[in-house]
Amino acid sequence: MLTLLKRIFKSGWQNFKRQGNLVFATSSVLIITITLISFLFLGHKIIKFAIDEIKAKADISVYFQETAPEEEIIGLQQKLSGFSGIKGVEYVSREKALEDFVERHKDDKGLIASLEEVGANPFLASLNVSAGEMASYDNVSKFLEGDNFSAIIEKVDFNRRKPIIEKIFDITSFVDKTGIIISAVLIAISILLVYNTTRLTIYSQKEEIGISRLVGASNRFIRGPFLIQGVLCGILSFLTSLLIVGITSYFLGPKISAFFPEFQLLALFKNDFRNVVLLQFGCALVLGILPSFLAIRKYLRV
Amino acid sequence: MIEFQNVTKIYPPSTIALEDASFKIKEGEFLLIVGRSGAGKTTLLKLILAQEKPTRGRVFFEEKEVSKIKQGQLPFLRRKIGAVFQDYKLLESKTVYENVAFALEVMEAEDKEISTDVPKILDIVGLRDKANNFPRQISAGERQRAAIARALIHRPKIILADEPTGNLDPYNASEIIRLLQKINELGTTVILTTHNKELIKKLKKRTITLENGKLIRDDEEGKFIL
Repeated sequence: MLTLLKRIFKSGWQNFKRQGNLVFATSSVLIITITLISFLFLGHKIIKFAIDEIKAKADISVYFQETAPEEEIIGLQQKLSGFSGIKGVEYVSREKALEDFVERHKDDKGLIASLEEVGANPFLASLNVSAGEMASYDNVSKFLEGDNFSAIIEKVDFNRRKPIIEKIFDITSFVDKTGIIISAVLIAISILLVYNTTRLTIYSQKEEIGISRLVGASNRFIRGPFLIQGVLCGILSFLTSLLIVGITSYFLGPKISAFFPEFQLLALFKNDFRNVVLLQFGCALVLGILPSFLAIRKYLRV
Repeated sequence: MIEFQNVTKIYPPSTIALEDASFKIKEGEFLLIVGRSGAGKTTLLKLILAQEKPTRGRVFFEEKEVSKIKQGQLPFLRRKIGAVFQDYKLLESKTVYENVAFALEVMEAEDKEISTDVPKILDIVGLRDKANNFPRQISAGERQRAAIARALIHRPKIILADEPTGNLDPYNASEIIRLLQKINELGTTVILTTHNKELIKKLKKRTITLENGKLIRDDEEGKFIL
């Protein structure tokens, strides 16, 4: 058994070294496919992150009257947090609002002087509500416009922002759908590429499988070296593809970030390195072995 | 050793490659199968190798019906046979040495046996100095000798040689035939298909003549009557 295994490994390694054209053709397709899948994986994460970021900015603010007790505001914050589709409800007290304003405009001496002239804190406490869907904002808005809260609410900043929020949701939904369509097209191209390589491998291995059978080789003796060769092609493609994705992220990542600060390709590659490696390695093994496996299945019946 | 009982082979839709052929081959015999191209010579060898199944009739090898042998057991049948083909059927990605060793490796022979026997057989067929060449790097005659070495290395009970001289010049052809004769003298059964008139006359061996799939003659000493 050990001798058989040794011969299978040796033969697989020899085929890998000697069948340069086939290895090149198979590995090129695998590298393209795996790199494509990797960028789809990273791209999907980036787009999802960017969409979430943009959606988070599309919040509505509820301003409370100066006299509104803090406990009631916090009670309302808890109630709103329980609404379906609500992602976050942030409480900004009057003091915090003032602090934020001063911090934001510390260089604008005229504005700070005017503020000091007013003497008291002119800001109102507020709740910033962010949701994942447009419908949730509508629900929150209707809930807040009810009579129960008119005593403490100064204004709800929703109707003014509604068209902008709707626009943001339309755009993100479009980007999301387009991303899915592009992914589907790219995956279809990958499948076509792998399918054609499979046919090429099957064709080139047909003769060899037939001869091996006629010489009296058992199925496992024939299958083994082809599978080893497939695994080696997979490993070669995996390493090359990892290098391509790494180098691209390193050099292109900062350039993309300069235009779109949300697109942190390099950071994402580093954070998700383990997942990228697992994804690439898994794809490489499956796509490396599949053509040989199909070829053997077809031609072992000689 | 081998028996054909009323064997017919029809390739779909209706090409009759062999029709109602019956004959026996004894152990140690040198049998020539002659006929024009398409007469059914190769089909006959394919039936012995279980590459094809008869449409009707039965083929026996050592009293076992070949078409009844299960797929998983076929390698064991083929290890008893050494096959030499007109197109050599060498593995292009292996060297001459590795091609010959392959026949022993599939039988799970020891490394020591392989490293002793392969150089010996390469010496016999005159390919010792081409051991590390790939098939594409040697001549047609050398390729055929490599194929014979591979067919002989595991000491098969029978050699099936399908027009082994078809692609060779007269000098190389007579070398190959001399080799097959020597093998036969050492006790191995040899079945040789050919349409070489001179060869049949010269060998003076039992000759089966096929015409359009039909066995029309079975002579104790070869004649070329086509």
